[in-house]
Amino acid sequence: MVTIQFVPYTEIEGLSGLGKIRKLLNIAKLNKIVLLQGRLKKEEEAELIKTTMEEIDKKFKGIELAVINPSQTAKDGMQKFKYSMINALFGDTQGLTIIGPSSIVKSIKRDPNKIELLTKEARKR
Amino acid sequence: MLGKIKKFFMNFIGGPKQNFRLGLYGPPNSGKTTLANKICLDWIGEEMGKVSPIAHETREIGIKENVVIKGKKGQELTFNLVDTPGIATKIDYEDFMKKGMSATQAKKRAREATKGVIESIKWLDEVDTVMIVLDGTQDPYSQVNVTIIGNLQARNIPVLIVANKADLRKCKVKKVQAAFPQYEVLGISAKYGKNIDKLYEKLFELARK
Repeated sequence: MVTIQFVPYTEIEGLSGLGKIRKLLNIAKLNKIVLLQGRLKKEEEAELIKTTMEEIDKKFKGIELAVINPSQTAKDGMQKFKYSMINALFGDTQGLTIIGPSSIVKSIKRDPNKIELLTKEARKR
Repeated sequence: MLGKIKKFFMNFIGGPKQNFRLGLYGPPNSGKTTLANKICLDWIGEEMGKVSPIAHETREIGIKENVVIKGKKGQELTFNLVDTPGIATKIDYEDFMKKGMSATQAKKRAREATKGVIESIKWLDEVDTVMIVLDGTQDPYSQVNVTIIGNLQARNIPVLIVANKADLRKCKVKKVQAAFPQYEVLGISAKYGKNIDKLYEKLFELARK
């Protein structure tokens, strides 16, 4: 069974960069797939990878990570403008971040229009 | 402040910057060390590091100082080449065992590889210019690629993306270009030297940014 835990942006909004990473990583280490509303900052994403590496041990082998950023999939200048306005108003709340423990999620395949989450259970079937 | 004045002055007179740190970044097994070796062989006559088909062969930052390359018109470009361990979000020693390593060797490699990824990320603050080396046969939309490029963009570091392994039929340079439309993507084969002369030309352009 795969457990997906939704984390609304309001739950991490007031936390420091490291606090956000700790919270998300702690959930992933419980073998749950994290579905975060919004995105981390770019430097926080790099910090998440760094912290993940620091925590790898016999049980925890790392994460699979994917971020959907609507402004990157904008089809024309008007859409880009719209999303940059939303971004300016609401910060990183738009989009979606998926963090899956690599013990459960084998890979996340993405192209601009879809995301495929391949779990290890699915592979065994 | 001094660096900014120097950059302004260099831009004003139009010459490429010199003695900068050129970082090679990318996911594991994309061919960063193969490219570093090619550059070093071409201009210094010696290789930089070991390569292997097993991921995470490079687990420490490698630096080759004072690499001098020459352009078509005889102009020179001097830089310190920084070869970094591949950045990954997961490292499982069992993957190395599947490639024939003993448990002890595999665990040691995994331990060193995690440290290597941490060092690579720390070095994002130390490089002046970056070549992102992607395996052109792999999916370019991986989050690691997006995160590295996003971090370089946030730091205003000039970037050139190379889609390596262009000698293979599976290499899709156009797909890499589509994934990162804001950057120029050059298809190369570090192993066989395909488009390497073009890459050297691009380095001069990159050093002017």
